[in-house]
Amino acid sequence: MEEIRIVNISKDFDGFMAVDGVDLTIKPGELFSFLGPSGCGKTTLLRMIAGFEMPLKGKIFIGDQDIVDLPPYKRPVNTIFQNYSLFPHMTVWDNVAFGLKVRKTPLPEIKDRVSEMLDLVKMGDQHSKYPDQISGGQKQRVAIARALINNPKVLLLDEPLAALDLKLRQHMLIELMNIHDAVGITFIYVTHDQSEAMSISDRVAVMNRGKIVQEGPPDDIYERPSSIFSAYFIGETNLITGEVIGIEDEYVQLKCPMGDDEYFEIDSTFHFRPEIGSQITVSLRPEKIAISSNKPKIADDMNIVKGVIEDILYLGSHTQYIVRVGKHNIRVFSQHKRVYFDDKALDWEEEVWLFWHDTDSWLINELPDESRMPAEGKTYIPKFKKANASAGEQI
Amino acid sequence: MRRFTPAKFFKGMNLTVFTFAMLFLYIPILILVVFSFNDARIVTSWKGFTLKYYAQLLHNVAIRDAFLNTMLIAGLSTLFSTLLGLLIALGLENKKLKGRKGFMGLLYAPLVIPDILMGVSLALLFNFLRVNTGMWTVLIAHITFCVSYAAIVIQSRLEGFDYSLIEAAMDLGAKPGTTFFKVKLPLIMPGVIAAALLSFTLSIDDFIITFFTSGRGFDTLPIYVEGTIRRGTITTINALSTLVIGLTLLLVVFTKRIRKSLISSF
Repeated sequence: MEEIRIVNISKDFDGFMAVDGVDLTIKPGELFSFLGPSGCGKTTLLRMIAGFEMPLKGKIFIGDQDIVDLPPYKRPVNTIFQNYSLFPHMTVWDNVAFGLKVRKTPLPEIKDRVSEMLDLVKMGDQHSKYPDQISGGQKQRVAIARALINNPKVLLLDEPLAALDLKLRQHMLIELMNIHDAVGITFIYVTHDQSEAMSISDRVAVMNRGKIVQEGPPDDIYERPSSIFSAYFIGETNLITGEVIGIEDEYVQLKCPMGDDEYFEIDSTFHFRPEIGSQITVSLRPEKIAISSNKPKIADDMNIVKGVIEDILYLGSHTQYIVRVGKHNIRVFSQHKRVYFDDKALDWEEEVWLFWHDTDSWLINELPDESRMPAEGKTYIPKFKKANASAGEQI
Repeated sequence: MRRFTPAKFFKGMNLTVFTFAMLFLYIPILILVVFSFNDARIVTSWKGFTLKYYAQLLHNVAIRDAFLNTMLIAGLSTLFSTLLGLLIALGLENKKLKGRKGFMGLLYAPLVIPDILMGVSLALLFNFLRVNTGMWTVLIAHITFCVSYAAIVIQSRLEGFDYSLIEAAMDLGAKPGTTFFKVKLPLIMPGVIAAALLSFTLSIDDFIITFFTSGRGFDTLPIYVEGTIRRGTITTINALSTLVIGLTLLLVVFTKRIRKSLISSF
């Protein structure tokens, strides 16, 4: 088992930097995801590892070997393509056997390994069918078998579930994890779907505009986003800017303007030391906030603000409240648990209390881009700069 | 009471037009087939059933030679023009190729140039180069006009080719040569076969260009037929034509079959 080291790799398409100086180390046996919006460079990065794109500069090591100059057919990696790319003129069996056949493996061995592989992906009884005779999920399995039969050191997966419907996608995610556990090799997984990346990965690299914005385990990225981009791209969040007015042992005190002359204060844990008087952003996940029409008992490590319910969206598993607190519209997710029997249903225009634990507000040392800030009272939704159509996602 | 509706009107109209069109197309052929069995030297009246013209055909050395010449030319020109067409189509695949548009124009030109122009210009060229006309000049002429058709047919098959399949093959360890023969060629094979069939038909059928490039002593079937009819012996030609029609029908059925099996095997 060898680690993959990507050293200062860049790739341009007619002057547009699709991947811009990425450094990354992927541990042996890891299930690692590149996550980002379309055009962020994640597919280009994957294609450079596969050998389909030549980097402008930089190196890619598998173990001690720099593979940048090797053609795709000499690299110890295999790819699962977005549309599976099964050979339409070959049966399932021939598709899976292809890699062994071109390497002139003896036929008895091919037979053994193909049936072993088809069993692994539960396609043993479909071996004589053609790709257009099997379903999307089955094509996916064949593509996995076809790649894994070559014993690659790394399996590259380019949005492998994008073409499947939701239920099948969830099912295949679990299958993929099981297959990863069974074969134990490194998987590199490219997706724009944050929930896919979160549920499947050991570690995630969040990418934007050709650069890695943040890398780490999924919970780390979700709970401790290092930038407004990662806070917004993964999950949903409320961003509130404020002025640092005090720093005590473990907490920062912020003064957040709400209306013309009103302020509310939130304490926040911090992972960097802001200067008193500076402007800073707080990320506050909607599900961390409790909502009630009764004022909660004041506790030391709790933030409490008062607001008015602007809107209520029933979403099945939870309800989303949009609560106006001064000039901010704060989104709150509340699950339907009737633990407190005196809770009555909340209503539009009702005065409510929002409260959350100090440690649930997360400081980000960055201010939302003014040009992309929402108008008064609107939710801030960042727009990601779309790359050149030709330069971005390879289809 | 029957009501007049546009839908009914057009349906009736369609059927009538269709019937007349079919009659118009097939009555001459039908007459030809019927009269190939007519026991009379002149076509104007029916004198009784006979197979003697078919027997005459079998013993006619000139016809046999012309037939063999036609097949030889058609076979060779199909082979070369399909191969050349394939190479041209693959060469023009690269959209960034310099002068691609110019090449495309050159490729399409022979489709619209009148045969007579092509024939005369080739005849002049051979004359200028002092090449003796005969089998080789006919072959070269046939390849010249078939290659454009072949290239265009194959090119249309390459249009919309899923290049991720090439990447998939390379990813699985296939070198460029293996990738071409195991993945790309099988997938464009229906186009290659269509190109070959088209070349074959065009070659068998051609009169004008062959006429200008064959010279004395090398007759293809169309040239021979023209010569014979000019001399007035139309009866054997009727029999010959009937055989050719039968052969063509067989070929159509056969190609439908192989196309089916090709699609399932590739």
